Amino acid sequence: MDPSLSASDIASSTKPLSEASSPPVMDLLSEPASEASSAPMVDLLMEPASEGSSAPMVDILSEPASEASSAPMVDLLMEPAREGSSAPMVDLLMEPASEASSAPMMNLLMEPASEASSAPMMNLLMEPASDDLKEPPKPDIDPLADILNDTPLSEVKTPVAAMPQETPSDLFDDEPSELFAEPRQSNTAKQQQTSIFDEPDEDLFSEPLGEASKNPQNDFFKEALAPVAKASNVCGPLSDNYNEHPTDIFTEEAMTTLPSAVSTVSVNSKTNGVHSDEEEPDIFAEATVELSLDSPRNDRKKKGAAKPSAPAPAPSVSASASKPQPKTLEELEEEVEDKFELNISITNPEKVGDGMNAYMAYKVSTQTTLPMFRSKTFTVRRRFSDFLGLYEKLSDKHTPNGYIVPPPPEKSIMGMTKVKVGKEDNSSAEFVERRRAALERYLQRVVFHPSLLQDPDVREFLERDDMPRAHNTQALSGAGFLKMINRATDSLSKMTIKMNESDVWFEEKLQEVEAEDQQLRKLHIMVDSLVGHRKELSVNTGGFAKSVAMLGSSEDNTALSRALSQLAEVEDKMEQLHQEQAASDSFCFAELLADYIRLLGSVRASFDQRMKTWQRWQDAQNMLQKKRETEAKLLWANKPDKLQQAKDDITEWEAKVTQYERDFDRVSATVRKEVLRFEKEKARDFKKQIIKYLESLLQSQQQLIKYWEAFLPEAKAIA
Amino acid sequence: MEGEPSPRSGAGFHQGSFPLAVNVDLQTDATLQVDISDALSERDKVKFTVHTKSTLPNFKQNEFSVVRQHEEFIWLHDSFVENEEYAGYIIPPAPPRPDFDASREKLQKLGEGEGSMTKEEFTKMKQELEAEYLAIFKKTVAMHEVFLCRVAAHPVLRKDMNFHVFLEYNQDLSVRGKNKREKMEDFFKNVVKSADGVLVAGVKDVDDFFEHEKTFLLEYHNRVKDASSKSDRMIRSHKNAADDINRIASTLYTLGTQDSTDVCKFFLKVSELFEKTRKIEARVAADEDLKLADLLKYYLRESQAAKDLLYRRGRALVDYENANKALDKARAKNKDVLQAETSQQVCCQKFEKISESAKQELIDFKTRRVAAFRKNLVELAELELKHAKGNLQLLQSCVGVLKGDT
Repeated sequence: MDPSLSASDIASSTKPLSEASSPPVMDLLSEPASEASSAPMVDLLMEPASEGSSAPMVDILSEPASEASSAPMVDLLMEPAREGSSAPMVDLLMEPASEASSAPMMNLLMEPASEASSAPMMNLLMEPASDDLKEPPKPDIDPLADILNDTPLSEVKTPVAAMPQETPSDLFDDEPSELFAEPRQSNTAKQQQTSIFDEPDEDLFSEPLGEASKNPQNDFFKEALAPVAKASNVCGPLSDNYNEHPTDIFTEEAMTTLPSAVSTVSVNSKTNGVHSDEEEPDIFAEATVELSLDSPRNDRKKKGAAKPSAPAPAPSVSASASKPQPKTLEELEEEVEDKFELNISITNPEKVGDGMNAYMAYKVSTQTTLPMFRSKTFTVRRRFSDFLGLYEKLSDKHTPNGYIVPPPPEKSIMGMTKVKVGKEDNSSAEFVERRRAALERYLQRVVFHPSLLQDPDVREFLERDDMPRAHNTQALSGAGFLKMINRATDSLSKMTIKMNESDVWFEEKLQEVEAEDQQLRKLHIMVDSLVGHRKELSVNTGGFAKSVAMLGSSEDNTALSRALSQLAEVEDKMEQLHQEQAASDSFCFAELLADYIRLLGSVRASFDQRMKTWQRWQDAQNMLQKKRETEAKLLWANKPDKLQQAKDDITEWEAKVTQYERDFDRVSATVRKEVLRFEKEKARDFKKQIIKYLESLLQSQQQLIKYWEAFLPEAKAIA
Repeated sequence: MEGEPSPRSGAGFHQGSFPLAVNVDLQTDATLQVDISDALSERDKVKFTVHTKSTLPNFKQNEFSVVRQHEEFIWLHDSFVENEEYAGYIIPPAPPRPDFDASREKLQKLGEGEGSMTKEEFTKMKQELEAEYLAIFKKTVAMHEVFLCRVAAHPVLRKDMNFHVFLEYNQDLSVRGKNKREKMEDFFKNVVKSADGVLVAGVKDVDDFFEHEKTFLLEYHNRVKDASSKSDRMIRSHKNAADDINRIASTLYTLGTQDSTDVCKFFLKVSELFEKTRKIEARVAADEDLKLADLLKYYLRESQAAKDLLYRRGRALVDYENANKALDKARAKNKDVLQAETSQQVCCQKFEKISESAKQELIDFKTRRVAAFRKNLVELAELELKHAKGNLQLLQSCVGVLKGDT
């Protein structure tokens, strides 16, 4: 969302605030208190899960507030809210080991739906949140995780209930001014992140709520903001409104209006990408516990209000609630990694068109239970350049932030020309299959990346039927040429940058990556040569089989002749076996190496990116230094007319230096997390693939044994 | 093993448990047993120690050894071929010239490239090449031994004087290699012989047995030639694949030693596995070479020898027919009848003698062939099974360990 849009939203939302908000509030408040109070608890647990970086206590208290208040405010909102939130929960319960990334995603989608008000607020409050993120968040998480993991459900409720009472004052004292001082100007800086939300917001709003609901939401949001702006007297207006309510509801609400800003912000900003692996289990643990909490709430809701939206999820939810929840983090993590709520397969490569304009189109099928997609299964057709286009988009957006964007397979003019020419021989079929598999792995890596999955371009790629043709991906186009020049200047500047590395970790990692790259390249060449020799062996075995068959036919001893033709058959089968083995050498092993050679390129790119931001910071510092010197000179020369200008410059550059330093820290943190994530993925990938490869070897040995065992009696029968 | 088989030091070799690649002797006869007990590789020649055990009265002692070189084996073989007396027999094929050139060249290259690789790689490569060298060496020895055993087992050839000299005379036989002129003559002879062979082969044989043998051998020889070259190719690519696995193993090892993370340990284990499997793969290739390729190669030469026999018989037949015609002519002209008669008789005798022994020889050839194929194919299958099972076990345990780790 760009600033103008959010500004207009706010503007439009100001007017109907009183009418929209107050009457529903009354409605809801007359409704069971339990409902209102249970909702906070649910989100309580959910919120910290999704972002995990800002202080969890604050989040806990923050999120529910807006939720609790928004729910009562507009009856309409309530239902979609439940729907929105319960659906993913059920998914989670059914597949508890869903990808870690699904947690933040759910929150993302749920929030706009359920609380309406949070979405605009997020945009405004993004900046403080990202500031928060930079501070090491880990220690904060522990207490919460502990609570959630260790205590039975009933007990969880109590601490949650207790927390609000302890913390409110702090929250009010510290947060408001900070939070609201910056947000407006920060909007511009955050465009990229906000853009993520353009779609979900609108979709969700329009679907479950209908157009009409937009206004009330904004109104509520405005209303929530208003008291905040008045800082500490929040309690005043709110308590006025809610006089009749039980006190606990009130306290929650009061607290939440402020901190909700913090939490929601963190949810939607880059926090998604910032999740480190260690945090994921927490997220998940929290999410599950939250679900179990959800069930009683739903039950109550059913009894009390009999709302139609709740019943579907309720049974499964309660079923899972009875299951023992506490699991070790490791276990949970394992599960998270094993099952993924998004399966992508690429099938049916098809040649479209003729001659040199021909291209291969692939069927990209997605199966998912993630709520961010419109349906559970969908299929689109994509051509190779679309994949390249996706990479270009992702790389442009995420590489500057230090992310490791998985690269697609390289263009192969040779291979493609063969396909285009239309030779239906083995090598072109193999080329197509190899490319298909490579594209599949590429796409899987993309969606496996928690923050890349959030990218609207990825979703568009997977979902949209009429993909606009990707441009500038041709290897020999003008744009390609420009890119080449860019790359050349990049590498030139890389050489000129001399970074005195302050962080040993990065230095060592970079060296490791470079050494590994070298070794992998070497290994790749060797495996390729093995593939070549294995193919040769297959062909030669086939030739030998034919020769032996001929020899057998001319042999005049019947038993020997028979044995020789049997030997020919064995060799024939061996030919097949070697052929298959060569294929698995190539597909399981060589391709894996090729993938990782490419990926290591991306890893290096992210290191380079870090270096670039460092360089920018340093340049800014030098500039600042110069400006200061100018100021000093001016002072000396006593030229007051220019002095003001110099001072302005200094302030400007000081701001820049701070900004760039912050950028550098942020990119460094991202690179570090990304590298750790990459290494983890790499370890898993290698283990999986190599074991698969060894199993293929194992199978061919088993076949071999079978063949020779069948042959042995034939040989013995020669007389 | 006496010292390392390397081009610099010279190589020692003991004929211990090393089995004969091709068994040739049908009956084991204790009266004359010949083997090669030792061999030494020098700069460009191999010295074989020929060991004889015999109860035959021709020999001064019961057991003795002499040192012979490849050229002396060739001399012995040629003396058999040139002997008219043996025209009716399949002359055991001469052993192929020892060829260490390729292997030596590789070793030399390795020495030159020493600087460009790591120490481990170098040691590994060196070991490999030395193993290869040793394998060729053993094969050479085996081929020479087979030749001697075949002769010793032959009912007629074993009594040959030259053979006895070869076995007993404890000094250099001072046979020299053929000079240029002789080589030219040989070449010329061969051309004439093969041209003649075509002529002779075109003559319809009166004897069905020989007619059948002729067509059989012609076809068999070509096919065994084809199979032999194909098997060589197959084995070569198998060896190459094994070499690749070896190199992959060492690169994985380097990768694995970069640090001590989990993945690296994983790489080390896989490297270890590959190191073992490539040894097995190399053994498979070596055993196929020994049991299959060598067998085919031997029968390529043996079938050539059998063809030669048939050629000699065919030649004798043509001579005999020509003598008959000459006799008819002489009788018609009544001129030189006696001379024609004698030559006709000589030719007839020669032909019949050849026919008589050739028939037996060809029957023996077949029996020998079937027995040799049986033995080698059974051994081949057993070895293949053994290796495949070993490989399978390695893979299974490794996959088990790796899966347990993850």
